[in-house]
Amino acid sequence: MANTGNSSVSDLQKKYKKSGMSRQVWRRFKRNKTAMLGLIIITLIVIMAVIAPLIYDYNEDVIKQNIKEKLQAPSAKHILGTDHVGRDVLARIIWGARASVFIGLAAVALAFIVGGALGSIAGYYGGRVDGIIMRIMDIFLAIPGTLFAITLMAALGKSIPNLVIALTISTIPGFARIVRSSVLIVRDVDYIEAAKAIGCKNSRIIFQHVLPNSLAPVIVHTTLSVATVILTIAGLSYLGLGISAPMPEWGQMLAEARNYIINPKYTYLTLFPGLSIMITILALNLLGDGLRDALDPRLK
Amino acid sequence: MGRYILKRILTLIPVLLGVTLLVFLILSLAPGDPAKTILGEMATPEAIEQLREEMGLNDPILVQYGRYMGNLIRGDFGISYKTKVGVVEEIGARFPTTMKVAFSAIIIAIVLAIPLGIVAAVKQNTLVDGLSMFIALLGVSIPIFWFSMLLIQLFSVKLGWFPVQGTGTWKHYVLPGLALGFQSMASIARITRSSMLEVIRQDYITTARAKGLPQGRVIRHHALPNALIPTITVTGLQIGSLLAGAVMTETVFGLPGIGRYMVQSIEGRDTPAIMGCIIVFTVVFTLVNLIVDLLYGLVDPRIRAQYKK
Amino acid sequence: MEQKDVLLDIKDLVVEFRTDDGVTHALNHLDLQINKGETLGLVGETGAGKTTTGLSILKLVPSPPGVTVQGSIMFDGEDIREQSEKVMMTLRGSEISMIFQDPMTSLNPVHVIEDQIAEVYEYHQKVSHEKAVEKAHEILELVGIPADRGKEYPHQFSGGMKQRVVIAIALAGNPRLLIADEPTTALDVTIQAQVLEMMKDLRNKFGTSMLMITHDLGIVADICDKVSIIYAGHVVEHGNLEDIFDHTRHPYTEGLFNSLPNLNDRKAMLKPIRGLMPDPTQLPPGCPFAPRCDYAMDCCSKSKPKRVYRNDEHYVECHLYNEQNIKEGGVINRD
Repeated sequence: MANTGNSSVSDLQKKYKKSGMSRQVWRRFKRNKTAMLGLIIITLIVIMAVIAPLIYDYNEDVIKQNIKEKLQAPSAKHILGTDHVGRDVLARIIWGARASVFIGLAAVALAFIVGGALGSIAGYYGGRVDGIIMRIMDIFLAIPGTLFAITLMAALGKSIPNLVIALTISTIPGFARIVRSSVLIVRDVDYIEAAKAIGCKNSRIIFQHVLPNSLAPVIVHTTLSVATVILTIAGLSYLGLGISAPMPEWGQMLAEARNYIINPKYTYLTLFPGLSIMITILALNLLGDGLRDALDPRLK
Repeated sequence: MGRYILKRILTLIPVLLGVTLLVFLILSLAPGDPAKTILGEMATPEAIEQLREEMGLNDPILVQYGRYMGNLIRGDFGISYKTKVGVVEEIGARFPTTMKVAFSAIIIAIVLAIPLGIVAAVKQNTLVDGLSMFIALLGVSIPIFWFSMLLIQLFSVKLGWFPVQGTGTWKHYVLPGLALGFQSMASIARITRSSMLEVIRQDYITTARAKGLPQGRVIRHHALPNALIPTITVTGLQIGSLLAGAVMTETVFGLPGIGRYMVQSIEGRDTPAIMGCIIVFTVVFTLVNLIVDLLYGLVDPRIRAQYKK
Repeated sequence: MEQKDVLLDIKDLVVEFRTDDGVTHALNHLDLQINKGETLGLVGETGAGKTTTGLSILKLVPSPPGVTVQGSIMFDGEDIREQSEKVMMTLRGSEISMIFQDPMTSLNPVHVIEDQIAEVYEYHQKVSHEKAVEKAHEILELVGIPADRGKEYPHQFSGGMKQRVVIAIALAGNPRLLIADEPTTALDVTIQAQVLEMMKDLRNKFGTSMLMITHDLGIVADICDKVSIIYAGHVVEHGNLEDIFDHTRHPYTEGLFNSLPNLNDRKAMLKPIRGLMPDPTQLPPGCPFAPRCDYAMDCCSKSKPKRVYRNDEHYVECHLYNEQNIKEGGVINRD
């Protein structure tokens, strides 16, 4: 009797091992049609950004002015029309994805590393370390994010590295806070106590036990941060503080089209860059929502 | 309660000191010499040097900060490099415009968002829910400046209902308010829905149903007050994006508010003005979040009990 | 047993929870009967479908994902399943009340308790708010809480006190049927006894019929007239207190008794039932208890056992029994 009892428990264990955490998450995620749509769109946009140079030549197709062909409505030659100096709108949109995708990912990755480290340290050690780190983060968070990025760009001056720095700095505090609170939740649970009891080193506990178990909210936050950062890039460029002409970026394209909005003939100039931003952000939001549901089915 | 408010206001002081120091340090990194900005490119090096000395720009940065803070406490935000007028006056003249837009936006947002979120939650997984959440998703995904442009193209250019730009009548504030409010509406509706869904599953809602109460009473009297806390939090945080959004809408609609002033000041490298704008924005944001914190107590007796301690 | 005495008669009730992860078979052809003035104990493990039974009677099974597939729930001669939401609103809280398992979460944290009780009077007896609060104070006193604490919020009460409030809410409508879903599980042992004693007094005072949902056979012995043993959403044995305690037939019921510490022989080993309840999304085709049963035979995993009666009340559903051996017993080696 005892033997059979044990075997059923080990059966159970096998069953759980087989459908591991990540596999279960993926199974739930796959079933969510809108989330999959988001993932597909994001994948396409990233591919578009990567292969843009294979489709259009930067100097010839993207930035070269051609006044003779300016402000042409969409046609077979220029599928999405041409802008006020005769550049192909489609070529600029495809190249524009590079700015959003690469700068966005770079800034979020940097913020993830720095903010994640700060948050883990604060959450894990607690006490004075936590107090100091989080008070500083509070100061950063007291300034609305986009305004902070605007201020940083005003101070640093327009350039791509500065843009990455500004976006990173304004994204760090959010990461620090969310990682810290996730760490706090798992810090005191029993298996961490157990790891401490058998004498694991702090760094090992953080990387092996705390971080993996606090990943769910962090993954969701990362996805949504990419969305926020891409929106901020577009916003800064729109205000003339981000990417500037002739380099294409969706927000910058909208800024250039600003003078033409009162003429319905040129609606296409604002429509397509705007749609590009919206679809990207929409897809990231769908992805983020889907990940949240898949990681924490209780919230669904 | 009074003591709690006082305590909270006192904890704001270090945060605001930190913010001003942070922004001061960041802006001191700004390229270009303020003295040169003021005197123009043609000024002689001697004249520039003299002005730098007068302005105290040669002092150590912390001394400059101390001087700035000393003035700030007396309500002096410095003199605009561009207009040679006090920054306080410049901002004061623009403050009402920004507040009008922001206030109409948040009212539009709350009035639309909460019913939308509740209906979506109560009718979870129906067409109504799907449609509401699709609108909300559009709202959080659409860039404010593009949405503003679309509104102008549709309502001002095509239909001619509202003016394209400028101020004067209430009509000038409809589209900016809508543009700014839509995004906040979307965020608030989403959080209202998800917190309602969370609350509806709670045991005390089953208790309320088991008492034989009508659905409307269960939702309004038992579920909603409990679902409001996350909603209030998000509404407070929305003020932050709203202020940032004000920069965009004011630029698109040509409204003479603080947001547009900030952008103009950045273009003109008018550091005292930039500094003033960001401080005003931060103070408003911080105060709103203090009010939000106090509102929690109004909704939840457990939090109220903590205030009394 | 005369038909007119039956207050609640559940027949062949099937309730499923349909989610993306599959169909959970919560109740599988459940039969349950409560006579007027009687207390029935519904005993089983966590996840056996006890709470779903209680919620079904109130028509409060969350839907989606809950779906009532078949069966009837006759309350005083009318089928609950046929009733409109409007009729249900008049039944809930006044004819049928429910006490929930966890007093910590059963009260609304943002309202004072007297208002939460008063609502029952306002909606069912159509009295003014002032009058309702007055009545709420009376019932608070009745469950042993000073009326002046009515102005307090749930977080100001201890668990036992909260459960008294929950009981006050349930009794406020003077219901004919009280469903008590593990009313003492979340409480300290000493408080359990107090609350139970109070419930017994109040039941006797009002003559309420009761469905006592529990996994604690001690509570059953203390308070119930009849017992239904539920396993995987199905009643496997039912009878009077004496039938179940002294003439135990089903191996599962036996297992429940063997899992209890024996106060007369403290050195005796506990014999817990091995294994776990079957996954309710994949119930075995035969007897659901077969995989855990020490007496399982080949037929047990293949076909569902038929119901065999030992007397008018006591029946068991198990392949071990037929009309003859059920009378004698001795099939299972319970000492």
